[in-house]
Amino acid sequence: MALGVGNTMSFREEHELHKRRFGRNVGLGVVLGSFVALVFGLTIAKVTSGDLAIQPATQSATQNEVSQ
Amino acid sequence: MSDASINTKTVDAGYGDAGFGDYFALLKPRVMSLVVFTAFVGLLAAPGVVHPMIGFASILFIAVGGGASGALNMWWDADIDAVMKRTKSRPVPAGRIGADEAKALGITLSVFAVVMLWLASNIVAAGLLAFTIFFYVVIYTMWLKRWTPQNIVIGGASGAFPPMIGWAVATGGISVESVLMFAIIFVWTPPHFWALCLFMNSDYEKAGVPMLTVTHGRRVTRNHILAYTLVLVPIAIGAGFTSIGGPIYLAVAVVLNALFLIGAFRIWRRSEDAAVADKYRVEKKFFALSLFYLFGHFGAIMAQAALAPYGIGGW
Repeated sequence: MALGVGNTMSFREEHELHKRRFGRNVGLGVVLGSFVALVFGLTIAKVTSGDLAIQPATQSATQNEVSQ
Repeated sequence: MSDASINTKTVDAGYGDAGFGDYFALLKPRVMSLVVFTAFVGLLAAPGVVHPMIGFASILFIAVGGGASGALNMWWDADIDAVMKRTKSRPVPAGRIGADEAKALGITLSVFAVVMLWLASNIVAAGLLAFTIFFYVVIYTMWLKRWTPQNIVIGGASGAFPPMIGWAVATGGISVESVLMFAIIFVWTPPHFWALCLFMNSDYEKAGVPMLTVTHGRRVTRNHILAYTLVLVPIAIGAGFTSIGGPIYLAVAVVLNALFLIGAFRIWRRSEDAAVADKYRVEKKFFALSLFYLFGHFGAIMAQAALAPYGIGGW
């Protein structure tokens, strides 16, 4: 390929802008990774503390009878 | 498109080239730290036990919600932020982030924070967070801030909600104690900000924000600082006789309120000439004390809650 020296340099030159973009991308990656970990932790906490427990069908039926 | 054109465009673009820190600054981290602290105290002081992971996530989502409202505030106020010395280096007026980008981020994070808080805790806490964001962005930023010198008084409510939200995370409701924590911050905000306005007046004037100092003068502002302090003292000390109080809180509250009252009285007694002569030393001291005042009260509530399991403190 016949690329000029100037053109090649414009891609490879490390500008302060590229550092900022890299920092932004790394930051976003860390935030998203942390969010995944947080949701996982929340799920474990909810499951172990019984917040997400499904009421047994018999218990629900009994409660309905009582309320009627 | 040539390589050169790509490079030229991106280097000169300005907007869209902000670093990660700029986006973080958009969320007003200093305000967020106060939100985190007071929400945490509300959560800790509330009766009942919350799973640490749920507590941590809830505080985080409250902080994100607070940050989102900060981003929306920066979007709406970009024009006046550019005029004021204190705010002109913020990401939007400085040109590092576009106003529309701040708006998009603010709206997205607001919805995200409310929904996630609902999933993590309960609908009451999520509802309170949604109302807080609405109050800060629509009632305070869009409506009151540029319209009335009472902007700080009513708008201060948005900064007072976090301990109530923290309390709601643990209890799923509202109580006298959580309303009292709200009231402490709500009534504390006017004297805190008006003291700042007394020595930062020119900035608000330049931006056209109708602060009390600009619309009614400094004498009236000094009167108001004393009046609000007189209202604040019984609320802050009264909270000591509820379940969030105790001997530690009461001792801290009595000392801090005495100091705050003396400071407000000194501000009220002073003439403007005397204040100019010593470069607003008393006003600056009162402003610094106001920060310590709030931290002291909520720190004492936290201490009471932390020591309660050991039989120390609490009524």
